[in-house]
Amino acid sequence: MRHAIDTVMVEQRAASFTRRSIKTDSKQQGLRLALSMIDLTTLEGKDSPEKVRSLCHKAVTPWEGIIEPHLPSVAAVCVYPSLVKVAKRALEGSSVNVASVATGFPSGQYPLEVRLNDVVEAVSDGADEIDMVINRGAFLSGCFDEVADEIAQVRTACGHAHLKIILETGELETLENVRLASDIAIQASASVGPIADGEVFIKTSTGKVSPAATMPVTLVMLESIRDYYEQTGVRIGMKPAGGIKTAKQALHYLVMVKETLGNDWLNPHLFRFGASSLTNDVLRQICKQQTGHYTATYDFSEA
Amino acid sequence: MTIATQDTSTEWDYSPALDSTKVTIEQKNKLYIGGKFVSPRSRAWFATTNPATEKKLADIARAGKADVNAAVFAAKTALPKWSRLSGSERAKYLYRIARRIQERAREFAILETMDGGKPIKESRDVDIPLVAQHFFYYAGWADKLAYAFPGASSSPVGVCAQIIPWNFPLLMASWKLAPALACGNTCVLKPAETTSLTALRLAEVFQEVGLPDGVANIITGEGDTGRFLAEHKAVHKVAFTGSTEVGKLLMRQTAGTGKKRTLELGGKSANIIFADAAIDQAVEGIISGIYFNQGHVCCAGSRLFVEESILEEVIHKLTRRLGSLRVGDPLDKNTDLGAVNSKEQLKTIERYIRCGVEEGAELHQTNTSRLPKKGNWCNPCFFTDVQPSHTIAREEIFGPVLSVMTFRTPEEAIARANNSPYGLAAGVWTNKGAKIFEVAKKLDAGIVWCNTYNKFDAASPFGGFKESGFGREGGVHGLRPYVRLGGV
Repeated sequence: MRHAIDTVMVEQRAASFTRRSIKTDSKQQGLRLALSMIDLTTLEGKDSPEKVRSLCHKAVTPWEGIIEPHLPSVAAVCVYPSLVKVAKRALEGSSVNVASVATGFPSGQYPLEVRLNDVVEAVSDGADEIDMVINRGAFLSGCFDEVADEIAQVRTACGHAHLKIILETGELETLENVRLASDIAIQASASVGPIADGEVFIKTSTGKVSPAATMPVTLVMLESIRDYYEQTGVRIGMKPAGGIKTAKQALHYLVMVKETLGNDWLNPHLFRFGASSLTNDVLRQICKQQTGHYTATYDFSEA
Repeated sequence: MTIATQDTSTEWDYSPALDSTKVTIEQKNKLYIGGKFVSPRSRAWFATTNPATEKKLADIARAGKADVNAAVFAAKTALPKWSRLSGSERAKYLYRIARRIQERAREFAILETMDGGKPIKESRDVDIPLVAQHFFYYAGWADKLAYAFPGASSSPVGVCAQIIPWNFPLLMASWKLAPALACGNTCVLKPAETTSLTALRLAEVFQEVGLPDGVANIITGEGDTGRFLAEHKAVHKVAFTGSTEVGKLLMRQTAGTGKKRTLELGGKSANIIFADAAIDQAVEGIISGIYFNQGHVCCAGSRLFVEESILEEVIHKLTRRLGSLRVGDPLDKNTDLGAVNSKEQLKTIERYIRCGVEEGAELHQTNTSRLPKKGNWCNPCFFTDVQPSHTIAREEIFGPVLSVMTFRTPEEAIARANNSPYGLAAGVWTNKGAKIFEVAKKLDAGIVWCNTYNKFDAASPFGGFKESGFGREGGVHGLRPYVRLGGV
């Protein structure tokens, strides 16, 4: 069923979260939480095994400096399928997951067979999580069954790997489309079999299309997750990706999750940030909070 | 299954975020007459308290008859020069006032919150910005009055007595003063007795910008002071915002005196939600409609009409959202609902809540915020199973109390919404454009918000029908009560 969504009021509500004042203890706690939720990402044509290895090191130990209590690792490293093996080896023995984009990321404009193979190979190479893209072409032409059917097939292909379904909201444009795509993605995943909490995520963007994640878009997706939870008791995860660059923005998102879904979702099993530059800003703010002064940008490693 | 939005566990929550800016308050707050702060000739004072703590903030002068005379005389004396000043010169003063308010915005916001109990989030983001906007807006009109009334020549009405309420103290002062001054009138303003501090601080701004003495005078006091002012023979115009009861009294007192009058009175505004509306956003509209400023809003959407088929869903979502509101210290930046303005008002609200229960409606108090022990606090709530004949469905409560009723067809919704002695505002929520226009034009209300609620702008006229008063404030319409039109 199509949900009516009113853009003006969604924007007003989304803006209200940015007016929460997060200070002292709650800031420190929120920043550490945000750090633990990051999917540290590199998705470029020029990615190399060395780059991925260095990223993995940063994922496990975000900062070499001494800080008490110990900083958490990030949630996952997100790479292209060809680099899954490298990441898997580099992260061995750590708590950090390997996430791989697949299904012909970012456009998804490949035959279904190719997209499914993409998933199967990434999983067999060791990916713990698969970030798929939906068929936006089919969605925008109104072929919702096709979109749903493909999502179901991808989930089957994932096997034990967790699935994140990228809606690419920047191409869906309207919030009503975002809500519809969220509902379809969740229902389609559920059609394959029971979903454990956090086994399926919906995700805003590839990061290759502008606009990527915005607060109004994320709010509408959170409401879809909330309504599904209230109907079924199943907790779907959420991952805004692209465009979240500052610690302050990350805290705004946490406020939104807390006030829309409750504290249950405030952990890396149910909420992630898809980001690369966010990590260093969060680290900077954590250091500032604890030491009282800002560290130089070169104090934190690039990758 | 419901999501608990307010968790008392040790999980992530917001630390207290008090606005720490220090604001000094004079112990004795005098009257502002003829450009100077003067002690009251009545020699009488009364205390103003912080409704969130019940602590006394300061003493305020109680203006007696002699003080009112002095203020009106000052305004009368200042009138000839001020009214003959060119529009662009008057505009300069108004622009300066607006800019100075922006510069001192934080101070004004904190003072408003301390004296009135509203959350700092609202005084900072809504009240004070709108105050500045109002002065800017009417500064723009001051030299363009000929365009506001094409084909007519306008002249000022004269000395204006302006009496304002405690729910938006400084904002109401700006709604009254800005258009009056722009049109060349001089004013005597009386703020409500529980919230005089920001108006007196506005008087400091008048001094800072060099507003000519006597053009705007501010006298404080209670009901009697207001009555002396409204009845004063040298007053040409009475502008009042407040209760319908006092409004009627003022009408009787000033009948046959030739005084021009505008009244902005009470309301029991309808918020109508159709089944095809965007429900999650409509719920936001319900929340901002009734719980904004603790429900101390004359245009509050205090009667909710929900299409029967979605009642359960709306109640469920409203319950959850109400639970997420943070009630408490108004100076905390994360507070959504502050303190009730006065003990007296709290008693009134509590009486209505008891009355609702006694008449058979079902009370929902689902917010679990821990209310402070001291201060005037009311747990925000709503009633279901409300009949149109119930007291809580008919009378203005002026608190965070919502009455929920249902309807089945648009005709029924319109009929029920219009079945009220008031006619101030209304809200319509539907995803169908045609339905919005159809319903909105049949609603007997001065303001109709479509898919939103409680949106204010200096450029938009505000005012009601029926017992909600007459005259408009804001926009080009807001100039009309402050001019006499002639043909030259």
